[in-house]
Amino acid sequence: METPRNKTYVDDINRSIYDKKDKVNAAYQTSRGLTPEIVDQISREKKDPQWMREFRQKALQIYHELELPVWGPNIDGLNMDDIVTYVRPDTKLQLTWEEVPQDIKNTFVRLGIPQAERTSLAGVGAQYDSEVVYHNVKEEVKSLGVIYTDMESALREHEDILKEHFMKLVTPRDHKFAALHGAVWSGGSFVYVPPGVSVEIPLQSYFRLNAPGAGQFEHTLIIVDEGASLHFIEGCSAPKYNVANLHAGCVELFVRDGARLRYSTIENWSKNMYNLNTKRAQVGKNATMEWVSGSFGSRVSCLYPMNILKGENARMEYTGITFAGKGQDLDTGVQVVYAAPGTSAHMSSKSISKDGGTSTFRSAVIIEKEAEGAKCAVSCESLMLDSRSRSDTIPVMDIRNDNVDIGHEAKIGRISDDTIFYLMSRGLSEADARAMIVSGFAEPIAKELPMEYALEMNQLIRLEMEGSIG
Amino acid sequence: MSDELLKICGLRVSVDHKDILSGLELSIKKGEVHVIMGPNGAGKSTLGYSIMGHPKYVVEEGTILFEGEDITYEKTDIRAKKGIFLSFQNPEELSGVTLESFIRATKKAVTDKPVRVLAFKKELDKTMEELGMDKEYAGRYLNVGFSGGEKKKSEILQMLMQNPKLAILDETDSGLDVDAVKIVSQGIKAFKNDGNSLIIITHSTKILEALEVDYVHILVDGRLIRTGDANLIDEVNRKGYKELALV
Repeated sequence: METPRNKTYVDDINRSIYDKKDKVNAAYQTSRGLTPEIVDQISREKKDPQWMREFRQKALQIYHELELPVWGPNIDGLNMDDIVTYVRPDTKLQLTWEEVPQDIKNTFVRLGIPQAERTSLAGVGAQYDSEVVYHNVKEEVKSLGVIYTDMESALREHEDILKEHFMKLVTPRDHKFAALHGAVWSGGSFVYVPPGVSVEIPLQSYFRLNAPGAGQFEHTLIIVDEGASLHFIEGCSAPKYNVANLHAGCVELFVRDGARLRYSTIENWSKNMYNLNTKRAQVGKNATMEWVSGSFGSRVSCLYPMNILKGENARMEYTGITFAGKGQDLDTGVQVVYAAPGTSAHMSSKSISKDGGTSTFRSAVIIEKEAEGAKCAVSCESLMLDSRSRSDTIPVMDIRNDNVDIGHEAKIGRISDDTIFYLMSRGLSEADARAMIVSGFAEPIAKELPMEYALEMNQLIRLEMEGSIG
Repeated sequence: MSDELLKICGLRVSVDHKDILSGLELSIKKGEVHVIMGPNGAGKSTLGYSIMGHPKYVVEEGTILFEGEDITYEKTDIRAKKGIFLSFQNPEELSGVTLESFIRATKKAVTDKPVRVLAFKKELDKTMEELGMDKEYAGRYLNVGFSGGEKKKSEILQMLMQNPKLAILDETDSGLDVDAVKIVSQGIKAFKNDGNSLIIITHSTKILEALEVDYVHILVDGRLIRTGDANLIDEVNRKGYKELALV
């Protein structure tokens, strides 16, 4: 008779440090829902210039005109009438952590932000609900002419640049949630790196949503001018509530000729979050755009960074991992538009799903007639930790030039009993064996992250590890 | 009695409800080298998996005692911690975990003690050198992209680093060229002492040349049909299994 074996499962991510809620202590918040009056209130609160007021109202109109997408995860649980679109924390933007109110500061200390700033970052922005509460950049970076500031300050101090770039890459017409973003956006970061300047250490913006039933709509605009380079890191988290929260941020990246931008994200929203985010990069001649992305949290994520390879020999590289646990539907992907000769893209995606979680990877590759000699390599690997979980790969290719080189590779796997047996035959417990296989699977992504973030990721993939591999 | 390491009594093992081993008896004392030979499909690998506790190999009847303790239904990792090691015929690959960090993690697991980094590194370097393995392999993902021969060396390396009481070598010589067989055979010889024992499952005899073989067993149809000393190997080579089975 077969003896019953105790099955062990990989544990959920330990969320305790992310789940700590602060008492909501807002200075001002709008009513729930979405009306022209509410949008106008936001404009008044933020002292928008006239063109921005008009922009918001126009975007709201577009929002009402556009239909919800007919594909992708179910977002029935999200009701815009229940969402508070603007929550201003009870502080103005501070330049030192000492001036940030204690409860908010404690939250960021718990998340390790001030410490990371001291040891390994050139500048930090920290947003709490709808507004940035702290922004600072090291003097030596500032002296190179680098601008790193919150979007509100940018709107006052660099209005011309914003007028020229804000929601020009992702327009409100793009999709319903881009329109929503245009109407109610608040917070986020603006970065400008002058020509030829290399920012050696990363900048990081961290977005924390604390208010239940609220939305966060930060806007990130980065311009890396000709021959310049930058590594920008984005982190996000929220405590878990029983009501739906919404994140509809927008990221617009301009990578000029010969420039290089690496955009790293560790996303760890709580599991009541609808993360409907839009990211887009325009990549110039001989320029390189690199994405490193870890998606761990949220109930639903829809995130498909688009790359427009506009200049000759523009390059894009994407390395991403998603971890979909119980009740999570993480729909991610990459879009690439090849619009010039010699352009190339390399996409590598890994996904882990467990306890009935769903992870989907969509790749959309559009190769225009001009893109002579374009190269494209897509590789997707999925690991399903049990038979209730789901993993899909959906590639779409639209190719209008014959002289291109395209490869697509997809592998979906489970942890094989033979591998577990092999590891156990060397003395590892079943739980340790599973944990080791999952960590090994995620290793290529961890390698791409700065060390602290690799550690954070490993902590996020915190498995029932009794012994650890070191 | 006290020098008995492994005792298998009346072992019946099935895979997918089909009997593979049927009433196998085997007793191994400390310090002994046992060779298991037999035709393809006789159940040789099944014996190795059953001693190691592969969940697919279901013990229907019989017992497995290790150092007098009943381990018939013990979990695989517990068996490893008690000192049993199985060198796989087809070792698994594990991406993202280097050979070195894997061996360190498993050494920590079997000894239940923290591994001293420098001493470990030194021992690993030395052992790899003895096996003629390029140091570079330590930093490569476990068995990923290793040739057949390199995988087998990786198994012997792990055996030497874990230093088990009982090592079961399942077709360790298959896929190795002449020189590699020699090196691996030397490695096994270096491992062997009066306190530990070996079960060598093999088709060929080259790997045995450096070793003193105490017993040779012929496994046919899930049972040991003949047991003898090293001379039995010659007899197998002369007559073949079929004729032996008729004797």
